[in-house]
Amino acid sequence: MDSHHRGGIPSLDAAGASSSFLDFVTATNPALLPFGRSLPAGQLPATPHGTTIVALTFAGGVLMAGDRRATMGTMIANRHIEKVFPADRYSVLGIAGTAGIAIDIVRLFQVELEHYEKIEGTQLSLEGKANRLGAMIRANLPMALQGLSVVPLFAGVETGGSEGRLYSYDVTGGRYAELEHHSVGSGSVFARGALKKLWRPDLDQDSAVAVAVEALVDASDDDSATGGPDLVRKLWPVVYVVTDDDGATRVPPETLAPVVQAIVDRRTAEGREA
Amino acid sequence: MAQQFYVSPEQMMKDRADFARKGIARGRSVVVVSFAAGIALVAENPSPTLHKIGEIYDRIAFAAVGKYNEFESLRQAGVRYADVRGYSYDRADVTARGLASVYAQSLGTVFTAEQKPFEVELAVAEVGATQAEDHIFRLTFDGSITDEPGFLGMGGQADLVQQRLADAWRPGAELQAALAWAVDALRAPREANGSGQEAVDPLGPASLEVAVLERDVREVRGIHRAFRRLAASDVERILHSVGKG
Repeated sequence: MDSHHRGGIPSLDAAGASSSFLDFVTATNPALLPFGRSLPAGQLPATPHGTTIVALTFAGGVLMAGDRRATMGTMIANRHIEKVFPADRYSVLGIAGTAGIAIDIVRLFQVELEHYEKIEGTQLSLEGKANRLGAMIRANLPMALQGLSVVPLFAGVETGGSEGRLYSYDVTGGRYAELEHHSVGSGSVFARGALKKLWRPDLDQDSAVAVAVEALVDASDDDSATGGPDLVRKLWPVVYVVTDDDGATRVPPETLAPVVQAIVDRRTAEGREA
Repeated sequence: MAQQFYVSPEQMMKDRADFARKGIARGRSVVVVSFAAGIALVAENPSPTLHKIGEIYDRIAFAAVGKYNEFESLRQAGVRYADVRGYSYDRADVTARGLASVYAQSLGTVFTAEQKPFEVELAVAEVGATQAEDHIFRLTFDGSITDEPGFLGMGGQADLVQQRLADAWRPGAELQAALAWAVDALRAPREANGSGQEAVDPLGPASLEVAVLERDVREVRGIHRAFRRLAASDVERILHSVGKG
């Protein structure tokens, strides 16, 4: 309510403002935003980076999973980090890239969607949500040029529809609708190879969870920045499922543990080396 | 040059207050009631889209009477205030008390400084962990703020509504009872004015706007937003179950 202290009449302020939290904060308090700074020249010290996210569609919805590792150069900066988040009731997003900025962009995006819903009394369309995320990534472009890039993956179902949809982004905010499955981050090449072999049309939800976990296992096998399931610490990937009925729900660790164990057991039994 | 007449400050404030009061009394009433599982907000509102009740934040809701354009701009300003605050600090740091106090400042400023005062009265409700921790604030057109104990009626013939609630309200009630009290209180002005024929208008679920702030939303539905609108069919079912019981 800063506007009132500046002498504005609330009604006029409201008429002039849009329903976007991003636009409002950009106009009133840009220092709150994770991006929009012009950084001075200089060498940036190593910062934590998040890595591999996979997403795939299945019969009745869409699923997204991310590993739990953040790396800082050759060091493991964090082995508990969560990189997949619910954006609102019917969509999720995962982030790869500079963790500090990425996590703030996630928070900003969550508020953006909730803000629109509260102001307008209705949800944004899925396409509208995807476009807002693109605008945020584009706003981060100056930071990306300094090496602080963030690349998200966005997935959701349109309210009232049951078909899951995926969107990938580049650092310029370019938004691309993806079909069937997609992955981002340093291990994405390996994960995508795995998904191409494992994904089938009309997977049910349980098989989709198994496919996503196995793709992450493959990514962690070949990419040092992607963390595999940690059987000692009982750390499983973060997996979110979005369906029209239940919205975005996190798959609980009790469900993931046997899925991971099954993959490990099978690979042990097969005695594969490569 | 036209002659300027002297108007004493007392007279000027009184005129403004009378003007605002008249505007608010013309409308229909809104009731906020705390009950065991949350806070119910009930408005007499025939429009399904022009809401008098709105969500502000996780555990905070807004209700208003008076001029729609004025309270709608205040509602939107409240949502912006809450979202900016929650984004820059933490979601737990957004409180009804903070919001009510900025509303009070805005209303007070407009009352004294602008051409005309806002013809609105607001309620800001925050559901707590227990019923004793619920907060319901009433904000009037001049920026006065009061902390109401458990229930609140405003707008239209507010005295009758408030009195009816005061007679009925008890802590620890179920949603059915709370809704029944609310609807009964909203009917109070009609019964007082009613000359027999007017009693035909029963104030059905279609002309009610109902929302609840759910106390245990995190345990029950696993989300942080406690605000939920009840559809007319749900309201009818709940009110009907009271009639049977």
